[in-house]
Amino acid sequence: MNKINLIIQREYTTRVKKKSFIIMTILTPMLMAGLIFGSGYLATKEDNQTKVIAVIDKTNITEGAISQTDYIKFKYLTGTEIEAAKKDFLKSGYYAILYIPENVLISNIVQLYSNQQTTVGVNEHIAKALDTFFSNIKLKNENVPLDILKRIATNINVSTIQWTASGEEKSGSAEIVLMIGYISGFLMYMFIFMFGAQVMRGVMEEKTNRIVEVIISSVKPFQMMMGKVVGIALVGLTQFVIWIALTFGIFYGAKFVMVEKSAEKANTAVAANIMDKANAGMPQISTGQYEEMFKQISGKFSAVNFPLILGCFLFYFLGGYLLYASLFASVGSAVDNDTDTQQFMLPITIPILVGLFVMMNAMQSPNSSIAVIFSLIPLTSPIVMMARVAYEPPIWQLGLSAFLLIITFMGSIWMAGKIYRTGILMYGKKVTYAELWKWLKYKN
Amino acid sequence: MHNFLIANNIVKQFSNHLALDRVSVNIPEGSIFGLLGPNGAGKTTLIRIITQITAPDQGEVLFRGKKMTMDDVYHIGYLPEERGLYKKMKVGEQALYLVQLKGMSRAEGLKKLKYWFEKFEIQTWWDKKVEELSKGMAQKVQFIVTVLHDPKLLIFDEPFTGFDPINTNLVKNEILRLRDNGATIVFSTHIMSSVEELCDHIALINNGKNILEGKIDEVRARFKPDTYELKFRGNTQDLHDALDGGIEFIEEPTHGGVGHLILKQQQRIPVREMITLINSAVDIISFEEVIPGMNDIFIRAVEGNDRKA
Repeated sequence: MNKINLIIQREYTTRVKKKSFIIMTILTPMLMAGLIFGSGYLATKEDNQTKVIAVIDKTNITEGAISQTDYIKFKYLTGTEIEAAKKDFLKSGYYAILYIPENVLISNIVQLYSNQQTTVGVNEHIAKALDTFFSNIKLKNENVPLDILKRIATNINVSTIQWTASGEEKSGSAEIVLMIGYISGFLMYMFIFMFGAQVMRGVMEEKTNRIVEVIISSVKPFQMMMGKVVGIALVGLTQFVIWIALTFGIFYGAKFVMVEKSAEKANTAVAANIMDKANAGMPQISTGQYEEMFKQISGKFSAVNFPLILGCFLFYFLGGYLLYASLFASVGSAVDNDTDTQQFMLPITIPILVGLFVMMNAMQSPNSSIAVIFSLIPLTSPIVMMARVAYEPPIWQLGLSAFLLIITFMGSIWMAGKIYRTGILMYGKKVTYAELWKWLKYKN
Repeated sequence: MHNFLIANNIVKQFSNHLALDRVSVNIPEGSIFGLLGPNGAGKTTLIRIITQITAPDQGEVLFRGKKMTMDDVYHIGYLPEERGLYKKMKVGEQALYLVQLKGMSRAEGLKKLKYWFEKFEIQTWWDKKVEELSKGMAQKVQFIVTVLHDPKLLIFDEPFTGFDPINTNLVKNEILRLRDNGATIVFSTHIMSSVEELCDHIALINNGKNILEGKIDEVRARFKPDTYELKFRGNTQDLHDALDGGIEFIEEPTHGGVGHLILKQQQRIPVREMITLINSAVDIISFEEVIPGMNDIFIRAVEGNDRKA
């Protein structure tokens, strides 16, 4: 037992001390946070620029139908032909030219000309406005009175509310659950693959550099293998815990900075009048808005059962990892060099990839039979079940899936131990599946 | 000298060949035991069975009179022929790791390592990465790690590969000193000169069988070809006449009037008689029985065995 601890220690410390590990562990959450905040910032910045769109309207009825926003303005050009407008486009300084042909009521098509890709926001704004406008005209043409139209205008918002077991209500958010399912499923895929492959490389390093020969007289092969597997699992857990902690840290840090800072700014607004002017280009969001934003995000997350998700993640990571890492270890022990790994890697990679694809599907329909079945099969369950966990699947399914996974990883560790023991001291032999089968049956 | 380690009728079958066929060796305590044999003879397999890495199909290994178990492995220091270290690890850290795996405590290991690193004058390597070391340097570290925990039984498989003559000597002297301190040493090599220099006993394994075993002097005596080397002053023809019949002459080049002959007996003539005959014909400078080198014995034994097989 003491020796296994030594091996675990070595496997763990040499990896955790590596620069690549430190960089990846710290950088990934920052990158993720940066991506979220950055894309949000870019989106607001885009809306900041006032865009003037020239409209050439052959129907002559739409003027005023498309509402102006803070950043999107419309200017109707009368008596200008589209060809002429296109020719003068660069000089005119317009963002785009909207062309509404005479037959729009039949064709349902308007054209937006520009020398750049127009933003989705602009396109949607125009489409939505014209949609309503022209359908109203059509309805009017069919003699539907306008006041009826106003009365029947509806806009339904679906707000989802979940009961908890105690009958307490909480507002849920389908997007958040979807996102969490996706992230945890994908993270699981990444972790199993990344750390499984590390086990394989580690075993191969020891074999090809003949380090095993030196160690094998003081340690049993099975201890060597398990020491490596467990050591690398701890590396994975360390990384995961740091990621979670950093992500929450950055989230609450950002909340603190934004809410507090903007509150300060509001207090000194009069004094810093000039500065505010300089910042006129920045999105002006008041303290209240920030608070509201964070409250909303926090509120949405509060509907998610984080303890369950974290608990499941830890369990499925350990289970899935033990299953795959032992397979990876036996491959590493059986081959002499990288190129030989290919033939044995394929049968390991395929179930992982299948799991990934089924996970994509399970996110949309978490209780479809395919999602349920693959979240029970141990080779795919860690990935698929993680996508389902945020939707809180029936407890018997979780239990059965966990039970099957435990049985399977115990079996695969036992099998890998047998292959490892023979493979690790076998050189210069092209190993086949038939050969591996023989190793499984060796007594000692 | 009672028998320290006995391997009894060891049989090991691999999928398509018989690696060891009823091999027995008997290693006396405090000896340096040469385990010899051509490549692929089964030496490494036998060593792996002794060190409990693999189990034999038949037979048993007795260590100090009792069946060997995993606990006895602590008393073994094994330096395998193919040996490597973690390239990215620092030398000191790695040496410490390896001796801890042998069962030493960290503090004790550190103390002894410092002592040995000083003795071999390699203290400056402590914080170097293994990949910065040459092959010979890495071998030195491995040698230290093997002997550090003062094992009762040391098994060296080709310990001198990669060493320059100075370091070879250093390691040789260290091996002799370990023997003098009471360790029993099993020594496997292809370099026969080092066998003659170091070993007390040998066993020669060929095609999975033990074909020759015993004290090195006895083995060499068994192979002596009844040949004598003679240096003399005088007339070669007189010598021919005196020894006429029963002895074959091979003339060697003469230096400064000293005749040099190899005499090969055809029929057994007692040595005393032979000397009398020679003495009557010429002035003897030296007369010596030719003892075969281990190199010759190795080749003759293996070839003889292959012919029989």
